[in-house]
Amino acid sequence: MTSMRTPRRRVRGLGAAGSGTGDFWLQRVTAIVNVPLAVGFLALLIALSGSNFDTARTWIGNPIVALMLILLTFSAALHMRLGMKVIIEDYVHGTILKIACLLGNTLFSTVVGVSCIYAILRVSLSS
Amino acid sequence: MSARFRLRPRPLSPHLLIYRLTITMAMSIVHRLTGVVLYLGSLFFAWWIVAVSAGQKSYAVFDLFAASLPGKTIIFGFVWALIHHMLGGIRHLIWDGGLWINLPEARGIAWVTLIGSVTLALTAWIAGAFIRTLIQ
Repeated sequence: MTSMRTPRRRVRGLGAAGSGTGDFWLQRVTAIVNVPLAVGFLALLIALSGSNFDTARTWIGNPIVALMLILLTFSAALHMRLGMKVIIEDYVHGTILKIACLLGNTLFSTVVGVSCIYAILRVSLSS
Repeated sequence: MSARFRLRPRPLSPHLLIYRLTITMAMSIVHRLTGVVLYLGSLFFAWWIVAVSAGQKSYAVFDLFAASLPGKTIIFGFVWALIHHMLGGIRHLIWDGGLWINLPEARGIAWVTLIGSVTLALTAWIAGAFIRTLIQ
């Protein structure tokens, strides 16, 4: 089939989204990283179920647990931002509205991610 | 110019409603939905972790909500969504590698995602309840 694309376009390999495979790749990398971290997080949730404030604080303050939670927060925040970006690009079509949604998405992911990391550090460094 | 030759409307792609729901299609939709659930659920996770860092009073407020029925529902939903999204993600990574892409295998791992997520979420819940009885 004859392509309607110019040779230059084909070489650049850019689709309708206007960017290359960076997002696709980062989504996979963070997905793989998230698997062991999420399993660890689920184990922590089970271990902490029904526990009081002091126990929760001690566990979260443990260096290994804190490190795991920080890595999970970082990787998951990147992952969820990319996932929501795809959803917005799929369903929101007006340029201004789309840019507003994408901005909001980045802000949300950043604020949630940084707040969590700050809270984990605060617990871990003060215990 | 082209409008003059368009005697009938351009063909449309089939709409969602005329498709028979298949398991791979359903799991694709659920994968996206659980992604959105986890996105919003990250706020709940943030509330938990920030409450722990802020002190006993803030934690008591979180704990009160987490122990209520809506709180428990959110936590179970979050845990199930996390497991389902994780299994679905692993399935997508397998497909990215070009494996199990044919229909019988693709259907098989779609079912595994669903059955596995429900089973594992219930197992996690029972394990949590067991630990709770050990503490109290």
